[in-house]
Amino acid sequence: MRRLTPETRWAYTFLLPWLIGLVVFQVGPMIASLVLSFTDYDLIGPPEFAGTANYARMTEDPKVARAIGNTVVYTLLHVPLAIALALALALVLNRITGRAAGVFRTIFYLPSMTPYVAVGVLFLFLLNGQAGMINQFLGLFGIEGPQWTTDPDWVLPGIVLMSLWNLGSTTIILFAALRNVPRELSEAAMIDGAGTWQRFRAVTLPMISSALFFVVIINTITSLQMFDQVYTMFFGNQTAQQSYGDAALFYVVYLFQQGFQFLHMGYASALAWVLFLVIAAITLVQVKVGNRLVYYEAEERAG
Amino acid sequence: MLHSPVNPGRAAAATLATALVTTLAACGGVGSGGDRGGETAGGGASLTTMGFGLPDEIAKTRVDAFKKANPGVALQINEGQFDEQAFLSAVAAGNPPDVVYLGRDRIGSYAARGAIQPLDGCVSEQNIPTGDFYPAAQQQVKYDGKWYGIPEFYNSVVLVVNDKAARDAGVDPADIDTSDWDRLAELAGKMTRTEGGKIERFGFYPKLPEFLPLWAKANGADILSADGRTSRLNDPKVAEALDYANGLVESQGGWKKLKAFTDTFDYFGEGNPFVKDQIGAMLTEQFVVTAMAGTTPDAAITVLPFKDRRGNPVNNVGGNAWVVPKGARNPDAACTWIKTMTAAETWIAAARARAAKRAQEGKAYTGTYTGNAKADEVIFSEIVKPSGKKPFDDAVKVIRSVQEAGFVVPQSAAAAEFKKAWEDAAIRVLQGDQKAADSLGRAQAEAQKAIDEATS
Repeated sequence: MRRLTPETRWAYTFLLPWLIGLVVFQVGPMIASLVLSFTDYDLIGPPEFAGTANYARMTEDPKVARAIGNTVVYTLLHVPLAIALALALALVLNRITGRAAGVFRTIFYLPSMTPYVAVGVLFLFLLNGQAGMINQFLGLFGIEGPQWTTDPDWVLPGIVLMSLWNLGSTTIILFAALRNVPRELSEAAMIDGAGTWQRFRAVTLPMISSALFFVVIINTITSLQMFDQVYTMFFGNQTAQQSYGDAALFYVVYLFQQGFQFLHMGYASALAWVLFLVIAAITLVQVKVGNRLVYYEAEERAG
Repeated sequence: MLHSPVNPGRAAAATLATALVTTLAACGGVGSGGDRGGETAGGGASLTTMGFGLPDEIAKTRVDAFKKANPGVALQINEGQFDEQAFLSAVAAGNPPDVVYLGRDRIGSYAARGAIQPLDGCVSEQNIPTGDFYPAAQQQVKYDGKWYGIPEFYNSVVLVVNDKAARDAGVDPADIDTSDWDRLAELAGKMTRTEGGKIERFGFYPKLPEFLPLWAKANGADILSADGRTSRLNDPKVAEALDYANGLVESQGGWKKLKAFTDTFDYFGEGNPFVKDQIGAMLTEQFVVTAMAGTTPDAAITVLPFKDRRGNPVNNVGGNAWVVPKGARNPDAACTWIKTMTAAETWIAAARARAAKRAQEGKAYTGTYTGNAKADEVIFSEIVKPSGKKPFDDAVKVIRSVQEAGFVVPQSAAAAEFKKAWEDAAIRVLQGDQKAADSLGRAQAEAQKAIDEATS
């Protein structure tokens, strides 16, 4: 067996608390939930082995299909919009210099400090079709706004709108990447006669592609796991649960309902595992595709 | 949307949060099933409650009565609303509270799975006079012939009319009668006001989807068999009732707008929709009326019974109950607690305390509607005095009169799923996705399947 150098040993010593946490709070529960996903378990009695019944049930459950549909539509709308907007904001931030720069960076990050539950409640008011400020604003232009919270066709767009309010983290990551783009490259391109768009397209974009790739992955994962705001808005209390139907039924919301409302913890575990595998698969594909599109500075040096 | 900049390693750990929740709850359940029972309280008697708070003198007076009679019990009240997830996790982990305060409509689901204990022993040992409770409340806390809870409040549904809206429509509010559905629809239309696509006043709010069982009953149908095993959602009379109530909503501006409009209401504040003339008439629990007596005592309203199509009052009653979870460490103290909290004399003492407090504030006391009929008799004959505000004095009489017409949806092993099935069915109709009969047909299949699975 290869002997560990003292340095490595110390590294493991310091890693130990985290490793214990990983095993106890993450890997352990994951394995347990995998086991539970093959059982019929109501939280009260002991779990009974049920084979793949939970997984088979998912294929027949129309609510699973609806939840997946909602979640996918949301992800497809949210991720590109969020990243485009965050990039635009980051480009603006990058232009601002001097004292004001710090102020604006803080302001753009502030929404990220707001608890999700508060955001959900706030937007329920803002989006209200009869008295909400968003429709009052649209009314200024003579537009009769939709019933964001009660029209099933407009519930998802409303949630996307809410999600675009909080772009702080994505903006900050892209902003940091923009700051690292060497000015010389841009200047050289300008001397060669490249226009604004060409410089952005040929210089800036490749230089920040690794950061862009990262925010795409992270935003995709968080979108697929959307829960807090939606649950607060449309499922937070009994009246809310009775009033909006499935228009805002996201995958994790349904998983939670099955587990804790209907006491089908085995089924909920199966739902959780499918989500995990789907996210793992999507991330894998993104990494494969990303490797072809992303420019890493380190590669060049190595090569 | 990001929580914070995180490292890519998180990608792999994507669903861990969910998995974690799932299994934390699981660990206890697997290891600790069935070996409790004989366990006694660790060191002196203690009593832990869940789902109950001490917002007012009605709660405090009764808790004080318990403390006084049981000085040896270390009482710990974990204030806050009942939380399903916290409750189930505690039961699964083998560390439940001793007594829990929750909505009676949930009892069937928990009883069928053994999450809560039958209280027959408690009732007989401590001689709890169960005959004191309203019959509908008794029915709702029983499952499979056994007591699983003891009822607390008794909420009735009444029709509350905004007098101004009725007069605007040329009707004497006291003459409104919900038994004639054609005339009711006409009145709803007359009381509604819209201004350029915006709802100004919701004429008649039928309170769908939550009151679907009431509308079905008004049309002579029950949505579930008395034994809780056969769903009757496909009864054509249920579809007819849903179709009618949905038609009311449709003709007054449609669900999407009206729901958004009612979402802005603050029923318990000084700007309630009656005072602001935003509602013509609505079906609601009586506590909306008692709250108004405190916040807006000069409101011009008329409270009426909701009548079925034959002209008899119908009233879908509900409220909370006390239950004892599986694995409770001190079931005896829990039983004493339950008995004290729901006894006639304790309720009467609480009512006296509230009446005194209201008098001090210069306000009228309009009564407390308990699940204990014997207590109510004393409260409403001896403690509640005419306030001089006619609408509210009349309201008390009407609410009292509809109490005996109270009915409940029978308990079932799949109570939660059954409710979800018909709520979703009503929502699909309101949102215009499906016709009433089709939607209820689907709900019937879902509900029956859930009931069969839960009872097998």
